[in-house]
Amino acid sequence: MHKFANPARFLRISKLITPWCFVLTAVTLVIGLYWGLFIAPADYQMGDAYRIIFVHVPASYMSMFCYGFMAVASAVGIIWKHPLADQSARAAAPIGAVFTALALFTGSLWGKPMWGTYWIWDARLTSELVLLFLYFGYMAVWEAIEDSVKAARVAAIVALVGAVNIPIIKFSVDWWNTLHQPASLMKSGGASIHPDMLWPLLISILAFNLYFITVVLWRIQSLIIRRQIRGLRIRIAEEKDNG
Amino acid sequence: MMAKSRAANRKQKRLYLVLTSMAVLALAIGLVLSALQDNISLFLDPTELTERNLPDGEHIRLGGLVAIDSFEKADDGLTYHFDITDGAETVSVVYKGSLPDLFREGQGVVVEGEVHKNGPFVATEVLAKHDENYMPKEVLDSLKKRGLYQKPGEEGSI
Repeated sequence: MHKFANPARFLRISKLITPWCFVLTAVTLVIGLYWGLFIAPADYQMGDAYRIIFVHVPASYMSMFCYGFMAVASAVGIIWKHPLADQSARAAAPIGAVFTALALFTGSLWGKPMWGTYWIWDARLTSELVLLFLYFGYMAVWEAIEDSVKAARVAAIVALVGAVNIPIIKFSVDWWNTLHQPASLMKSGGASIHPDMLWPLLISILAFNLYFITVVLWRIQSLIIRRQIRGLRIRIAEEKDNG
Repeated sequence: MMAKSRAANRKQKRLYLVLTSMAVLALAIGLVLSALQDNISLFLDPTELTERNLPDGEHIRLGGLVAIDSFEKADDGLTYHFDITDGAETVSVVYKGSLPDLFREGQGVVVEGEVHKNGPFVATEVLAKHDENYMPKEVLDSLKKRGLYQKPGEEGSI
């Protein structure tokens, strides 16, 4: 009984939280982007062109964070057979795919004027592209398999296998030589970004995180309600058959 | 009571199964990647290029810093000569085409083209790298004034 009560409790609590998350997302996003795009100083080397980091870095970070969330939820789903965990992983996938696409797109726009090319098959860019395909593959599994229990299991295995790619993306710039520069934020010895640029960047990252929380909660709610509607339809159909 | 402990047992079994599969998978991928090290790396540095003794006309990417005081523009205004260095070895490069905005002496670059033993590396494409440091120009100027600025490439992290 406990197992079935949980999604209902989740619905109740998350419906209370989501409007607040939405407001916080809007506020932090406006502050982070305005500060980053208009107030922060220009870079010594790249001038104003560096300002794309206020979108590119949060999007790239979230593309990996989201996959991590999906992989952990999938593991919980496989091990403890909790339907809420499966639905959480499923809900996160398209959000992660959008973050990944945004990271690739903004990176490409940045690459042309700075590096001299939109695209190069270096380890960082290639592994990030693989991440996008992993999201697509994961989403395709859910669509392709009709039986939701089986779909959850296969999708979870795809998510867990693909999780190997996350450390590869993160450390690609250290393990191999690449055109992409090494980490500026999460590296030993502290961030190599001037505080005047670092603060708006951190606020942008926070905003993207809040956006993820808002949208993932919405999507889990709608997935739960969809399951409930399907359950009701089946019961109505059965009652008609019996009556 | 019995049923509950059996369920707990199954959960534990699944937990170990997931953990060991992930470990085996990570190990397998790690081995594959380390075997493919050369193919995954984007470019050779001048030391590697010298060590390999590649045949004439071999098409590769070469990466390093543009050596200080090595940049020259030919009379036709389109051909450039410069040296690429990694601190230990230096390779001369000739390139005809347009250079990216960030191209300058002391900057990390990746060039693609052909190796020539008795002559410069003939590049068909020049890409600029930028480093992981972001700061306002005034900060850079004051660091330089106080003699505290060290270009990241000079520590060998191009």
